[in-house]
Amino acid sequence: MNALLATVRRDILLALRRKSEVLTAVFFFVIVTSLFPLGIGPEPVLLKKIAPGILWVAALLATLLGLPRLFAADHVDGTLEQMALSPSSLGLLVAGKILAHWLLCGLPLVLLAPVLGLQFDLDASALGILTLALLLGTPLLSLIGAIGAALTLGVRGGGVLLALLVLPLYIPALIFGAGAVEAHIAGLGAGGHLSLLAAMLALAVFFAPWATTAALRIALE
Amino acid sequence: MLKVSGLACSRGERRLFADVGFSLETGEWLHVQGANGAGKTSMMRLLVGLSPADAGEIHWRGEPAPSLEFRRDLVYLGHHAAVKEDLTPLENLRLAAALDGISLDERAALAALIRLGLRGREDLPVRVLSAGQKRRVLLARLLTRPAVLWVLDEAFNALDVGAVQLLGELIAEHLAAGGMAVLTSHQPLPVPGGKALVL
Amino acid sequence: MRQSIVHWFKFASPQSFYPLAGRMIPWFWAAAAIFGIAGLWISFFVAPTDAQQGEGYRIIFVHVPASWMSMFIYLVMAFWAGLGLALNTRVSGMMAQALAPTGALMAALSLLTGALWGKPMWGAWWVWDARLTSELILFFLYLGFMALQAAIDDPRRADKAGAILALVGVVNIPIIYFSVKWWNTLHQGSTINLNKAPSMAQTMLWGMMLMALAFWMYSIAMALMRVRAIILERERHTEWVKHAVE
Repeated sequence: MNALLATVRRDILLALRRKSEVLTAVFFFVIVTSLFPLGIGPEPVLLKKIAPGILWVAALLATLLGLPRLFAADHVDGTLEQMALSPSSLGLLVAGKILAHWLLCGLPLVLLAPVLGLQFDLDASALGILTLALLLGTPLLSLIGAIGAALTLGVRGGGVLLALLVLPLYIPALIFGAGAVEAHIAGLGAGGHLSLLAAMLALAVFFAPWATTAALRIALE
Repeated sequence: MLKVSGLACSRGERRLFADVGFSLETGEWLHVQGANGAGKTSMMRLLVGLSPADAGEIHWRGEPAPSLEFRRDLVYLGHHAAVKEDLTPLENLRLAAALDGISLDERAALAALIRLGLRGREDLPVRVLSAGQKRRVLLARLLTRPAVLWVLDEAFNALDVGAVQLLGELIAEHLAAGGMAVLTSHQPLPVPGGKALVL
Repeated sequence: MRQSIVHWFKFASPQSFYPLAGRMIPWFWAAAAIFGIAGLWISFFVAPTDAQQGEGYRIIFVHVPASWMSMFIYLVMAFWAGLGLALNTRVSGMMAQALAPTGALMAALSLLTGALWGKPMWGAWWVWDARLTSELILFFLYLGFMALQAAIDDPRRADKAGAILALVGVVNIPIIYFSVKWWNTLHQGSTINLNKAPSMAQTMLWGMMLMALAFWMYSIAMALMRVRAIILERERHTEWVKHAVE
């Protein structure tokens, strides 16, 4: 467990020395969500209707942006080899890296989403549901994404390939995440969607680090 | 303690080596030799358990490696620097130890860096150090990580005369203290004794 | 018992699987042709015209078997992939690699026939029907698998990485299917269901079953042919391949 926390601390420290990389994903999120009203038109009713979908798709793409770097730097400079040979279990270290990725790339999106939601005229309770859905959904995106990042590590055209592998797997998170907000706005209640998101998150917490570790060992061979 | 038998490895369709075997006891070291492309690095990666062997067995303390005990007893330094450019040597050492589940206090880390001749460099980002100095930061891990078996792949590369001498001393001390080492190198090594394995 | 284990592992080596596959292929082709002809004959000439959908419904004799196959092949692919990871048998990885293009073809065929059927029935080439959407995602999963395998040079690594992806995919397919279905009912209410022909006549069922069998046989024959090509390519430097090709 200490090794997990050490990995989180290390990755955050490294990110703080290179702030631009984290900020890029956040700005991307802001810019993409702001582009939609410009493309679609400023009609409040329509914007309110499509807001959950837009914010979720933008969050999905912003998470994707940081994924290729998740293991690449450690792979190139040999740190990943050291991790694989460490007395600490590689699965724990990988879990730490995924957690750090979420703290750096996912959490800022969760915190920004209510502000961006205001652009789309969402009311306070809908913003709350949106934030909650993203809070449950973005760790899921990091966990699934880590598998793709490990599989495409050091592979030709890895970044584009990563998107191709990961995006179809993101669909359930997108459906339930955006669906939670839509259901709430429609007065149907978001409880079902949110519990399904939580269930998927629980499943991913157990299996994704394991699959990622297996994929990393293959990449190191 | 370390027993290797019948090891075979191929890259793509090319058989690099087959039926490699050796054993090491405390205080002994092995010099893995061979021309470029003979498979020295592959052999080292196989030995530490990074890649699977086509055939053969590796036993550490009588148990099949890589076991947890093996990883605890092992330090492997490969071609890569395995140091973070954005961190200082001190941070690098301490964080690497933390990932291994070892808490390393600042004084011990500093002492290791000073022994490696990096006095006054401990708080600079590694980015500004020379290639040789980066290697020294990596080599400092030999001092901060208590391990029995050192597996060093081309550890003498990019080192100046003084550092080669120093690393030789470190290895000799390690062996005298009951350690073991497996080294690859093209040049003759400044460490007395040693078994030879030619691939 | 021990005997039979040894027996099966014998075919796990490419060298003994290659001739075995070669002997099986003509039989599967023949079966595919027989079932295909019988199935097409029933579906075009024997099965009655549908009261609501007219003649256009006959496309389901291709659409439904293709959809079935596309899903089933992914399961088989994941099975071989998992077996390859667990037992480290080389032929398993090759089987998974050989099945993927056929699976993708089936998914594409299912999408194409779905669109062709949708135009006269719904007046649109594409409708976000739950099944069609799931099929589309399945098609993406196949593309991802093939792209990943193609991008990795070392076949051993390609097999293993592909295997992990296939297993992750197989865990996700039910989740994806369920979520798409949920999404569909939430957004559209109950739409026309593509595969639920109102009270299917006995002959229709027969036609569909025969077509499904034909697709099965075709898929097996194709996969075996492809796996033979893969074996030859990967083992081209071994003695037995040089003899086999001569």
